[in-house]
Amino acid sequence: MRTPYGHEVYAIGAEYSSPAALYEAAKMVRDAGFKRWDVHSPFPIHGMDDAMGLGKSWLSAVVLTGGISGFLTAMLVEFGPSWGLYRLIVHGKPYDWKTVPAFFPIMFEMTVLFSAFAAFFAVLIMNGLPRPHHPIFNWDRFARASNDGFFLVIEARDPRFTEVEARELLERSGGQHITIVHED
Amino acid sequence: MPLVLNKRNFSWITERISGVVEQPAPRWWWVCFTITGCIAMFGLFCLGYQISTGVGTWGLNHPVGWAWDITNFVFWIGIGHAGTLISAILYLLRQKWRTSINRSAEAMTLFAVMCAAIFPGIHVGRVWMAWYLAPIPNNYGIWQNFRSPLMWDVFAVSTYFTVSVLFWYTGLIPDLATLRDRATTKIKKFIFGVFACGWRGSNRNWRHYEMAYLLLAGLSTPLVLSVHSVVSFDFATSILPTWHTTIFPPYFVAGAIFGGFAMVLTLLIPARAIFKLHDIITPQHIDKMAKIILLTGSFVTYAYAMEFFVAWYSGNAYEKFAFYNRVLGPYWWDWWVGMLFCNMLAPQLFWFRWCRRNILVVYFVCMCVNAGMWFERFIIIVGGLHRDFLPSSWGLFIPTWVDIWTFIGTLGIFTSLFLLFIRFLPMIAMSEVKIVLPEADVHAHSPNGHHPVQVGGMERT
Repeated sequence: MRTPYGHEVYAIGAEYSSPAALYEAAKMVRDAGFKRWDVHSPFPIHGMDDAMGLGKSWLSAVVLTGGISGFLTAMLVEFGPSWGLYRLIVHGKPYDWKTVPAFFPIMFEMTVLFSAFAAFFAVLIMNGLPRPHHPIFNWDRFARASNDGFFLVIEARDPRFTEVEARELLERSGGQHITIVHED
Repeated sequence: MPLVLNKRNFSWITERISGVVEQPAPRWWWVCFTITGCIAMFGLFCLGYQISTGVGTWGLNHPVGWAWDITNFVFWIGIGHAGTLISAILYLLRQKWRTSINRSAEAMTLFAVMCAAIFPGIHVGRVWMAWYLAPIPNNYGIWQNFRSPLMWDVFAVSTYFTVSVLFWYTGLIPDLATLRDRATTKIKKFIFGVFACGWRGSNRNWRHYEMAYLLLAGLSTPLVLSVHSVVSFDFATSILPTWHTTIFPPYFVAGAIFGGFAMVLTLLIPARAIFKLHDIITPQHIDKMAKIILLTGSFVTYAYAMEFFVAWYSGNAYEKFAFYNRVLGPYWWDWWVGMLFCNMLAPQLFWFRWCRRNILVVYFVCMCVNAGMWFERFIIIVGGLHRDFLPSSWGLFIPTWVDIWTFIGTLGIFTSLFLLFIRFLPMIAMSEVKIVLPEADVHAHSPNGHHPVQVGGMERT
C-alpha cells in the first residue's frame, strides 16, 4: 500500500493516554480480528498478553534445552578426564559411585551458566533483535514509547488491513494522534 | 504506602534518572573520582609490583599461608551477594520495592566480583599460568582435579560473574532505549542505539523479555546460594579446627547477604542525597533494607553462637582450644570488636523503628557491618591457621605494605567503577520503577485518585 506521495505504508498508529486506555484498545483490536499489530509501552503492562490474545512465551523451552546441554557438557568435561584421560588420585580418594557427589557442584554451575546464556540469546533472537532500524522509528512521536507514551500500531501487511477500517477502529478505541507510518 | 512519593509520573522518573547521565558531571563527582582513581591506580601499581616480584611480597609464611588475600576474596564475593539477592530473590518473592535499588545493587555485584577475582588470581603465584584452571586440552595432557573445592570455586565464581552480567545487561536494554530516544548528539544516539539492540518496547517483545527475566531470576537464586556455599567449602572440606564444620555454607551465605546489604546502603545513601532521588529511594526502602540486615545479622549471630556450642559439645580438645583462642588469644580484639560489636551488637539497633529511619544511625551500623564482616573472614582464616597442631610452628600474621595497599586499592577500584557506572548508565531501573506507579495498573480508576502524599516525602525538586 502506498500514500498518494508514493511512500510505502508500514502501519497506522495511535497514541493512548494511559496503560488502562491502551489495554482497552488492545482488546478491541484483538476482537476485530487483526493479527499483525502490536502495542508499545515504556514498561511491560500487566495483563496485556491476554488483552492481545498472546499465549505463554515458550522461551522457557529454550532455557530448558540450554540447561540440559550445560549439564551434559559438565558430565563430559568432568568424567572424560577423571575416568579416562587423566586419572588423578588425590588424598587416596577412589573413583567409584560414592565419590560422584564431589562432581555435582561443577555440574550445577554449568547447568546454570548454559541456561542463562540460552535465556539471553533466546530473548534477543525470539524478538528479532538486535535490529538497528525499524520503520516505526519514522514516527516522530514514537520516541515517547520509552518514556511515557502508550502506542498501538496496526501493520499494513495485516490481511484485514484497510486504512479506513483501521483508522475508524483506532478512533473508536480512544486513540489520539492517529498517524500513517511510512516504511522509509 | 506508595513506593514512589509525591505522585511522581512516568516522565518525571525518566527525566530525573536520565538527567543524572545526561547533565554534566557535578564537581563532587570529579573530586570523588580523582581520589578513588588515585587509590585505584596505586592498587594497580601494587598488583604490578607483586606480579613482577612474586607473592613473597605478601606477609604470608608458615603457619599462616592464607591471610589478607583470601580474606579480601571472601569479603568482596560476599558483598556481591546482596545485589543478586535484591535482583533475583526479591523478584521471585514479588517484593516491588526492589525496583528502585536493583540496578545499582547489581552493578555493585559485578564490581565486587571483579575485585574478588584479583586475589585468587594473584595467589596462584604465576598469573600467566592461571589458564590452567580452565579445563582446556593442553600439550602436557594434564587435567584438573574436578573434585577439589578450589576447582568448584573457579566454576562457581566465573559462572556467577557471567550470569550477573547477563542479568544486568538484560535489565538495562529498555533503559538504554530510553537514553537512545533522548540522546541529543549523533554519537550518543549511536552508542546507546547499539547497546539498546533496537528495543522498541513492543508488547510482543516484552512477553519474551519478562519470561527471560523471570528465568534469569530463577537461575540466579540457587546460583547465588551456591557461590558462597562453594566458597565456604574451601574451608569446610579441610581438617582444620574452626574450618571443618557443617554449618559453614548457610553461615557464609547469611554473612554475605548481611555484609552486602550494608555495602548497598553505604553506596546508595550518598547517591540518593546527591542526585535528590528521595522520591524513588524512600525511607521505606532504607527501612526494609535495615530489616534484612537485622534478619541476616541474627542468622550470623546464631551461627557464631552455634560454633562455640559445637566446640564445647564435640569434646574435641583442638576444637575447644581454637575457640578459646579466638576469644582470648592474640587476635582477641578482632573477635571483640569485629564479630561481637560490629556484627552481633550494632545491627540490634535496627529493632527500633527510630533507628531504621535515622540516616546517621543506619550509616553507622552499615559501616560497622562493612568492617565487621572483613574481620569475621580474617578471624576465620588467620584465626584458624596461626595456632597449628604443633606449638613449635605457631606464629602470627603481619601484613606488609603490599597486603595493605592492595586491599585499599581494591576499595578504590570498586568505588571508581561505581562512580563511572552512575555517570554513564541509569543507576535506577526506569522501566521497572514505572511499573510500581499506581497508574501503571490497567485497572486503576484514575491517574490521580488514590495516591496521597506521604509523611517523610518532602517536596525535593
